[in-house]
Amino acid sequence: MRNIVFLLVGVFFGILMFKSEAASWFRIYEMFNFQSLHMFGLMGTALATGVILVQIIKRKKVTDIDNKAIVIADKDKSITRYLVGGTIFGLGWALAGACPGPIFVLTGAGYLPMLVVLGSALVGTWIYGLLKDKLPH
Amino acid sequence: MILSPWPWYVSGPLIAITMFVLLYLGKNFGMSSNLRTMCTMCGAGKTSSFFKFDWRSQKWNLLMVVGAMIGGFIASNYLGAGQSPDLNPKTITQLEAMGIQSAGKDYVPIEFFGNEAFSDPKVLVLLIVGGLLVGFGARYAGGCTSGHSISGISNLQLPSLIATIGFFVGGIIMIHLIFPLLF
Repeated sequence: MRNIVFLLVGVFFGILMFKSEAASWFRIYEMFNFQSLHMFGLMGTALATGVILVQIIKRKKVTDIDNKAIVIADKDKSITRYLVGGTIFGLGWALAGACPGPIFVLTGAGYLPMLVVLGSALVGTWIYGLLKDKLPH
Repeated sequence: MILSPWPWYVSGPLIAITMFVLLYLGKNFGMSSNLRTMCTMCGAGKTSSFFKFDWRSQKWNLLMVVGAMIGGFIASNYLGAGQSPDLNPKTITQLEAMGIQSAGKDYVPIEFFGNEAFSDPKVLVLLIVGGLLVGFGARYAGGCTSGHSISGISNLQLPSLIATIGFFVGGIIMIHLIFPLLF
């Protein structure tokens, strides 16, 4: 039963990414040129709503569906990995015009060359796994 | 209404609500971790301990992926076919000068994502490099736009803010310094 819920959340997310144009290469290009409010407004309103929702969760001690406390794990303290890893990700995000969610969404939408991006993203993930212990974190 | 492009001020809050629904279901919003899970399913655990975990624990997220693909199919075929972003005319002029004639006419550049891309070696190389950078960078940074820029910053986590600054540094370098060399 819960499997169906996750599938439906995914369907909703996929439609949302497509209809909001967050999955459009053109919107990403326009954003990095600072030529439209669209993507900034999208992320800004997502964050404003997100911050409020997380604050409500924390202050009202909202529990999840299984009555367990909702915890968002703290991330490891570091600057290098986030800045360097983030920059590498950003280079790819601008080039492919899609972050991981939209890669799946656009594949489903029938843009088959996205499968090439998906395949190489898997290889990129694998390379990270191989080099992990040698990289500064 | 639902068939026209969804405005950002509606879509943005809906992204946050998607994150909230996942938290309520006891999960954290993050799409790029699926790439790691898929590596594990392909047997990458034999090559690095990073991939040694029970991928079944991520089944819920793989279902999200299947759903996202179905969502993309539904949106592009049944919820207002032929949607193309209403871009800034300046953006369109710039792209046309780069040889991307589909700007303002298609959802994504057909030069890159139409089937003709398969027979264009330059485009294939760009797609492969783009994917490699996305996959490698997301894991190095410990997350992508959903995990860091949305979930992490919503929780006011400094690492996620640093990662998001990195996303923009990389994107700006690509568009302003590298694109002029490529197109």
